[in-house]
Amino acid sequence: MSKEKLPPLSERRRFLLQALQGLGLATLGALTWSAYLDEASASSLYLRPPGALAEKDFLSHCIRCGLCVEACPYDTLKLARAGDNVPVGTPYFTARMIPCYMCKDIPCVPPCPSGALNESLVTKMAKDGKETLDITQAKMGVAVIDADQCIAFWGIQCDACYRACPLINEAIVIDASRNERTGKHAFMAPRVIGDVCTGCGMCEKACVTEKASIFVLPLAIAKGKAGSNYIKGWDEKDEKRLETQTGGGATTVTPVSDQKAVDYLNSEEF
Amino acid sequence: MKWLAKHRFMILRRLVQITVILLYFGANAWGWTILEGNLGSSLLFKTIPLADPFALLQMSAAGALLGMDVLLGAAIITLFYALIGGRGFCGWICPVNIVTDVANGLRRILRINEIERRVIINRTIRYWILALSIALSAIFGVAAFEFISPIGMLNRGLIFGIGFGGAVIAGVFLFDLFGMKNGFCGHLCPLGGFYSLIGRFSLIRVKHNQERCTLCMKCTEICPEKPVLHMVGKRSEFVVQGECTNCGRCVEVCDDEALHFDIRLLARKS
Repeated sequence: MSKEKLPPLSERRRFLLQALQGLGLATLGALTWSAYLDEASASSLYLRPPGALAEKDFLSHCIRCGLCVEACPYDTLKLARAGDNVPVGTPYFTARMIPCYMCKDIPCVPPCPSGALNESLVTKMAKDGKETLDITQAKMGVAVIDADQCIAFWGIQCDACYRACPLINEAIVIDASRNERTGKHAFMAPRVIGDVCTGCGMCEKACVTEKASIFVLPLAIAKGKAGSNYIKGWDEKDEKRLETQTGGGATTVTPVSDQKAVDYLNSEEF
Repeated sequence: MKWLAKHRFMILRRLVQITVILLYFGANAWGWTILEGNLGSSLLFKTIPLADPFALLQMSAAGALLGMDVLLGAAIITLFYALIGGRGFCGWICPVNIVTDVANGLRRILRINEIERRVIINRTIRYWILALSIALSAIFGVAAFEFISPIGMLNRGLIFGIGFGGAVIAGVFLFDLFGMKNGFCGHLCPLGGFYSLIGRFSLIRVKHNQERCTLCMKCTEICPEKPVLHMVGKRSEFVVQGECTNCGRCVEVCDDEALHFDIRLLARKS
């Protein structure tokens, strides 16, 4: 059986094939790489230093130089190693190990060369217009309590987190209520005020249960969102939003909406 | 003594590479202030910012509006390599170079080069990976290569602790030892590609003197970027390709002083 000999590849065809091969391999690489990037930047159950931009912006701004880590006097901040399940080379901390001790001068933020840690996010403006660094503005996360495992909710006296909190009575308050089981004791349950909590994690570090029953989660995970359509009518400041609210100008028109509103409670019979 | 002379640039390069890492390490561990940070971004003498221009390029593609410090730092580094150092970063600073040079040395000792089959990976693939890094950074909003860079992992690993990054470096070592001669630095690394591009017109260059050449070809044997020495034994001229890492291995192995470092502009005038 004789095989028909194919003519040699033309220059043009060789060029096109090589271009196709390059393009195909590049696509293969791009897809694999994309899958990894998507996976690696998806998880976000770790805490960032104070003044960090929102996670998505933080990831694009952080140059992974570790200057914040070097500035941290408590060795709180770590630079993620491969296998830490944090995007490699970015700074983070584990509150149960070493929490953020909320230094007044915030040494970790000013050294950031790229703006991933942003001074404006931890700056307070005084009434005279003077700006000062203020660590209580930080939003590293928010503490969340597991009321099932927190022994204070069982009626056992413990206020370790409350006492450890650098914003005692502001970020964590104690709710007292009667313990019906014993009839003569009180429950002294901790409650986190989410707007005040900086997410420093000192409560998580102090928690006496085997695995912390109060722990800090990133805001994006721990926080719900009511939506702008809900306005607190009893809150003067919040009600101001009504004035600036734009509903997009849409008016629903139905056969019923043509009729005038009827004061049926008073004019109609039941 | 002869050995020293035959390795003079290699010894100098190792000294520079190790000193740089040691300065970074000392900054983190003992609070030295000579060179703080890491190869991503650093601070020299507490005043002069330095930054990795390739990381900056990816971050900008990812949509980050970066701080002045890193912009200035990247400009300094870019100017230095573009005007003076060429692709010197790869041979003189990058810690991965030590790993791949050891792999390459072992290759020669074990004579692995002699059993190697032809592997068809083109040296231009690094430019494809470079382009992909930028494209994926733009798509995913993160610095794409910084997520997988073995350079970053090893550099940070030596300063802050390496974790699973050790496995990645072992991978690079094995790939260069058994997979492909000069596989990583000479074919894949987009940072090397980046510095090849910006260092193309630098002043410090290796120059070949054809009249002295005895065609022993020790230089092309040792060169990690073999194609740049295409003129050896043929023409007296500068190594002009940007891919030359200015490592000086060719200069030191030459028994006939047919290669030397020179400054391109001055030599052209004379």
